[in-house]
Amino acid sequence: MSLNIPHRGKGGKSTKAVILVGGPSRGTRFRPLSLDVPKPLFDVAGHPIIEHCFRAVAKVPEIKEVFIVGYYDESVFRDFIKDSSKSFPQIRVQYLREYQALGTAGGLYHFRDQILKGQPDRLFVLNADVCCSFPLGEMLKLYEDKDAEAVILGTRVSNEAATNFGCIVSDPPTKRVLHYVEKPESHISNLINCGVYLFSTECIFPAIRSAIKRRTERPRLLSYPSSENLESSMYPGDDDDEKDQMIRLEQDILSSVADSRQFFVLETKDFWRQIKTAGSAVPANALYLTKAFQNGSEELAAPSANILPPVFIHPTANVDPTAKLGPNVSIGPRANIGAGVRIKDSIVLEDAEIKHDACVLYSIVGWGSKVGCWARVEGTPTPVTSHSTSIVKNGVKVQSVTILGKECAVGDEVRVQNCVCLPYKELKRDVANEVIM
Amino acid sequence: MKALILVGGFGTRLRPLTLTLPKPLVEFANKPMIYHQVKALAAAGVTDIVLAVNYRPEIMTEALQKYEKEFNVRIEFSVETEPLGTAGPLKLAEKILGKDDTPFFVLNSDVICEYPFNELAEFHRQHGQEGTIIVTKVEEPSKYGVIVHKHDHPSRIDRFVEKPIEFVGNRINAGIYIFNPSVLKRIELRPTSIEQETFPAICKDGQLHSFDLEGFWMDVGQPKDFLAGTCLYLSSLTKKNSKELTPVSEPFVYGGNVLMDPSAKVGKNCRIGPNVTIGPNVVIGDGVRLQRCVLLSGSKVKDHAWVKSTIVGWNSSVGRWARLENVTVLGDDVAIGDEVYVNGGSILPHKTIKQNVDVPAIIM
Repeated sequence: MSLNIPHRGKGGKSTKAVILVGGPSRGTRFRPLSLDVPKPLFDVAGHPIIEHCFRAVAKVPEIKEVFIVGYYDESVFRDFIKDSSKSFPQIRVQYLREYQALGTAGGLYHFRDQILKGQPDRLFVLNADVCCSFPLGEMLKLYEDKDAEAVILGTRVSNEAATNFGCIVSDPPTKRVLHYVEKPESHISNLINCGVYLFSTECIFPAIRSAIKRRTERPRLLSYPSSENLESSMYPGDDDDEKDQMIRLEQDILSSVADSRQFFVLETKDFWRQIKTAGSAVPANALYLTKAFQNGSEELAAPSANILPPVFIHPTANVDPTAKLGPNVSIGPRANIGAGVRIKDSIVLEDAEIKHDACVLYSIVGWGSKVGCWARVEGTPTPVTSHSTSIVKNGVKVQSVTILGKECAVGDEVRVQNCVCLPYKELKRDVANEVIM
Repeated sequence: MKALILVGGFGTRLRPLTLTLPKPLVEFANKPMIYHQVKALAAAGVTDIVLAVNYRPEIMTEALQKYEKEFNVRIEFSVETEPLGTAGPLKLAEKILGKDDTPFFVLNSDVICEYPFNELAEFHRQHGQEGTIIVTKVEEPSKYGVIVHKHDHPSRIDRFVEKPIEFVGNRINAGIYIFNPSVLKRIELRPTSIEQETFPAICKDGQLHSFDLEGFWMDVGQPKDFLAGTCLYLSSLTKKNSKELTPVSEPFVYGGNVLMDPSAKVGKNCRIGPNVTIGPNVVIGDGVRLQRCVLLSGSKVKDHAWVKSTIVGWNSSVGRWARLENVTVLGDDVAIGDEVYVNGGSILPHKTIKQNVDVPAIIM
């Protein structure tokens, strides 16, 4: 195994970026929406989730090459790459397909020759399933100020939420990462991993290599003394073999980098959300729209008596002037919004139709779905600080956002509340707190 | 002729509406409940009406003075200092009810029907005995007190069976009676029940008859039944081709049975009906959907709201895109915010509701 790792030159540094997209078997929590569209291509605030990452990367002047790494079929990202190359001709975009799930770090390592071609000094790694302002410029600055080998983007969450994420213990004055634990059982820190990294190529690839080495030389049991892993390692099988080849950045790399390297954290005070469940597309939509509005984006609808900003309306959508939209609403291509309709905190996808006087709140209306007149499709608002998309109602856990899959129909005057409706279903009666198969 | 209307107490079952107005003044089909009864009694030739009440609000005195003039009747309050049940008030009003030999009517103030007082009086005169009860047929007699007739007579009552387990008949007491003044001798001035004590006594002497009610009947003492009674009443107006109903040729009328005060205003693209009453000075916005509901005077339903099986109290407002259903009752001057959903909420007067009421609840 050879590593073409460049020595740090004196002049301008070169930087590449990798966007990790995962694969079709990873997006199950994004159902029912991922039944019809791969999660990275789902439209949030008028653009595919991956495009928000890509645009942030494209803003870094020194980045000339971006890799999308995942195990979706090649055809999945073809159009996206074509469109991106048109919009950003200075950037070469390439999809690198893993033929089996190699884990986030395993995938990087597998494609090290392509990534390291031209001897880049630094590598941004972005998880496509996060929604944030991607302050990549600030990360670069910290990296240079500290002469770092790795910079991780971190954010503060509530103590209760922290254990669901990778937790970072830092030394606040120096911003140095002292300790990193993925999803700890007990409270360690409320500063969590945002899934956005900047690595020195000299650091990350050898770190992955030694992780692989550790994995092959030592039984997994030793490095994972938790009961969950103990069980699986006691029953070796095909599944376990496959797992052994998975090398994940979060679990396998970051804690060892934290132990021994020049590892720093940039704490963002800006918004951050994970896009895991389908319902999390609604807060992500709100955050990206708010950001676009604050930046004076021209693609947003102009505020008026019936448009409460931020609202995105696709140019091909047809919205009756008496409909009241916003805040935090995205209307997809060719969608039809009737007279006297009310939409708030929702995503209405391509070709959907909302008939007159209907009301859509905290919901996602799927591609080609129809909502009847005077119908009410409604989720439950969750606090802005919440990182969960489920709520407890009368002792039962339900989805806070109502989601209609592709080509669903809600009858006239029917009310749908806190439901997830799989594609091609017709709802003729009021439903609440259900998953409709 | 004479009549006694049993009004009783505070009408707590019809709260939150009765926190604002005494029950007899709550509008049923845009007229106070008592108006329907006084009008029907006057039409049957009644000149003396006694209102048996536990309390006498000033507002009621005023209203009834108006009806005295309108229908040329005398209306007197008979105020109980302690509750006297359903029979005691008859004794308390003995001076009026027993002032001559002519029979007198007794009616429960919660009952709504077509009040066939003329026919009842005629039937009573023909059999010549002490009392006649109006009876109505019900589908589920097991919930009520059922009347059983003598074997040898179509109208003479043999006995009453309270909540029968086995079928003994389907005629129940409709809460409207006519008695000869002699009945007053059977009643003592104490808390006593007409159903439990007076009727069995008359029955024993073979002096009690039943009279079958034609058409609808409903005890509208609580909101759910108030709405059901409204539907029945409006349907009966439709059957009679009543001019009071809003013509179905109006573009917003959907499914008929819509009764609207001329002073009410309706916006564009509304769909209203079936079974809706709209009181004076009500304002309905654009794109509003109303069905099976009662909008009391001065209330406002804003654009695109959806209201079903709901009583909207006086001067209340329903926000844009709000949705009310499942026997929601708004008291006086309640405000429901834009886009709010209320499922079976009872909202006390002067409240503002800004968040969904997802499950039936009383909002204090």
